[in-house]
Amino acid sequence: MGHRSRRFSIVILVGALTLVVASCSSSKKTTTNTTTGSGTATNSKSCKSGLTLGFFGALTGSNSPQLGINEAQGEQLAIDQFNASHSACHIGYTPFDSQGDPAQAPALATNAVGEANVVGVIGPAFSGESKAADPIFNQAGLPTITVSATNTQLSQMGWTIFHRAVANDDAQGPADANFIANTLHAKSVAVIDDASAYGKGLADIVRANLKDAGVTVTSPGSIDLSHNYPATVNAVKAANVDVVFYGGYYTEAGPLALQLKNAGVTATFMSGDGSLAQGFVQGAGDAANGAYLSAPAVFALTATADKTFVSQYTAKWGGPPQLYSGEAYDATNQFLAAISAGNYTRPTINHYISTVPYKGLLKTYSYGATGELVGTPIIFFHKVVNDQITLFSQS
Amino acid sequence: MLAAIHITNLYKQFWPSTVDGITTGAIYALVALGYTLVYGVLRLINFAHSEVFMLGTVGTLVGATVVGLGPNTATRTGLALVGTFLVCLVFAMAFSGGVAVVLERVAYRPLRKRGSSKLAALISAIGASLFLQELFGQDKLFAIGHWRFKMLGRDDHYIHNLINPTKIFTFFQGSIISVDKVVVVVAAVIMMIALDRFIATSRLGRGIRAVAQDPETATLMGVNIDRVVSLTFLLGGLMAGAAGMLYMVKIQQTSFDVGFILGIKAFTAAVLGGIGNLRGALVGGFALGLIEIYGAAVFGAQWLNVVAFVALVVVLMFRPTGILGEALMKARA
Repeated sequence: MGHRSRRFSIVILVGALTLVVASCSSSKKTTTNTTTGSGTATNSKSCKSGLTLGFFGALTGSNSPQLGINEAQGEQLAIDQFNASHSACHIGYTPFDSQGDPAQAPALATNAVGEANVVGVIGPAFSGESKAADPIFNQAGLPTITVSATNTQLSQMGWTIFHRAVANDDAQGPADANFIANTLHAKSVAVIDDASAYGKGLADIVRANLKDAGVTVTSPGSIDLSHNYPATVNAVKAANVDVVFYGGYYTEAGPLALQLKNAGVTATFMSGDGSLAQGFVQGAGDAANGAYLSAPAVFALTATADKTFVSQYTAKWGGPPQLYSGEAYDATNQFLAAISAGNYTRPTINHYISTVPYKGLLKTYSYGATGELVGTPIIFFHKVVNDQITLFSQS
Repeated sequence: MLAAIHITNLYKQFWPSTVDGITTGAIYALVALGYTLVYGVLRLINFAHSEVFMLGTVGTLVGATVVGLGPNTATRTGLALVGTFLVCLVFAMAFSGGVAVVLERVAYRPLRKRGSSKLAALISAIGASLFLQELFGQDKLFAIGHWRFKMLGRDDHYIHNLINPTKIFTFFQGSIISVDKVVVVVAAVIMMIALDRFIATSRLGRGIRAVAQDPETATLMGVNIDRVVSLTFLLGGLMAGAAGMLYMVKIQQTSFDVGFILGIKAFTAAVLGGIGNLRGALVGGFALGLIEIYGAAVFGAQWLNVVAFVALVVVLMFRPTGILGEALMKARA
């Protein structure tokens, strides 16, 4: 009896789920249709029509919202400056807070394409949500520029609206290996990862490239999230390496670097953009000093050329720009350049972005057919000096 | 890919691994005592004990703030260091002990009074665990009267200047014996001996043993069961608090979910040693700490947890009640 009633409830549950899924997909369809219909409404050759640029990414929640906030602030600064110098033409800003959750992304993307005055989107910020949201943007022809989603596959989906303002993971791994072999002159390296898609992916690329460069590679295994890593530390110590490379995020990189140092390991610590955060320095304490962190972007813009931007950004937001703020600022200005050139619809703006190179604050943005930057991608290397993350060199 | 087996790594890393295994094992053992005490008396797995441990790390942070240890303060030396350490320890034990007693009152006693099943208490334990974890994961400021409470939020909290991990001496294979490791192991062993003596010799300890052995007869003999149960939770909480403090000495950071993995490990240690058996928790804690780090040396760090649980299964196959068995508490009574 009990058995049968359980089976019955499962049937009901499955039925209910099917209904929910069906209603979701049908509502999605209608919204998309509306967009295609009203998309032409903005095609009224006037800048006063209230065009707006969207932001798509995590602004709140537990899923590393710092990155999204950095980007959204860069975007808003660019829009404010544009509006201040174009009194006749006001461009709006519409944030879509995904909380970094791929499950929330499709519905939110549908909302974004449904708002006919949104003619361009900065984002999505993460790779996972990009995979979920970009097909919807692509269907509606809404142009996007992401400044932080670095998964390699994103540019191979045939999305015509996809543009990536930074180098992808295929560029960072080899550049890291090159840096370890030729700048740090390491003969022997321990490569550790956190077994995540990002961390292990990056670490595997680094391992392969280091071996190709003739460097001895030890892999003491993947670490878990327990923050207690004596086994890994002892293996690194026994291997007596010159450099430790870690593929993963800053929450684990901090304690790992700290415990390595406390065990008397003097090898140089290095990690990728997942660890490029002030949280790494807080977690590792003194052990952070001397560590190298790579990223397809600059963590803190302090170069002379960027001084105006840094001071304007600091004045508006009460703190200096951080990772990807500058790229978001540049990408927004590229959208604004498209609008200034007389493009007011999604297709024409997308065409402009895809074909006309834009010289921004940090570099020139010229996109190839897949939406990747043309030319050799640049990877920036940072070094922690006196608890500050400073730019060290670039590839 | 299957694990590559490097037996030679075990020789190469044997001594450093042993030192670290004992240090980690000491913390496991302290937390395991809480599981084993409660199980011994109530036949209940207190799954919220991992959060009792988390409260210990929070208490350490509060204690450090009270004695004026900020992120930029230099590490204290001499008597000031001892004072700082003791204040943090008292705060950690008070936080953990307090929450353990409240937990028993709120989550378990009402169920026990109504004679509900052991399973109901188990679900209540899991619920309490999730509640505490989410409560401390909140980013909001709580206000009670004019008091303001800031929870941990989702971020990690660090304390790097509690004790300097100064090297005392180095022996075989460059194994470092440092101040922090000595403090962790010595403090843990002192706590365990104190608890063992308390249970074995004091009047309250005799009450605990009596209830563990036979609750009905104990009641007939005039033992106040409610008081004994409260005391049991308090003792387990105090040990977890000490473990939280020592964890902060060693790992130097905490977060709202810090108890999750450690709680599972400590529970494993309790079962490994023989749950319900105080000395079993001790043996189980140290055994687990050593087994997992030796296993990680041979198979690679990602197999650390696998090795730990395989060892548990193997031990239980040959000794279903754990290394020392369940019945020691009865035998000694």
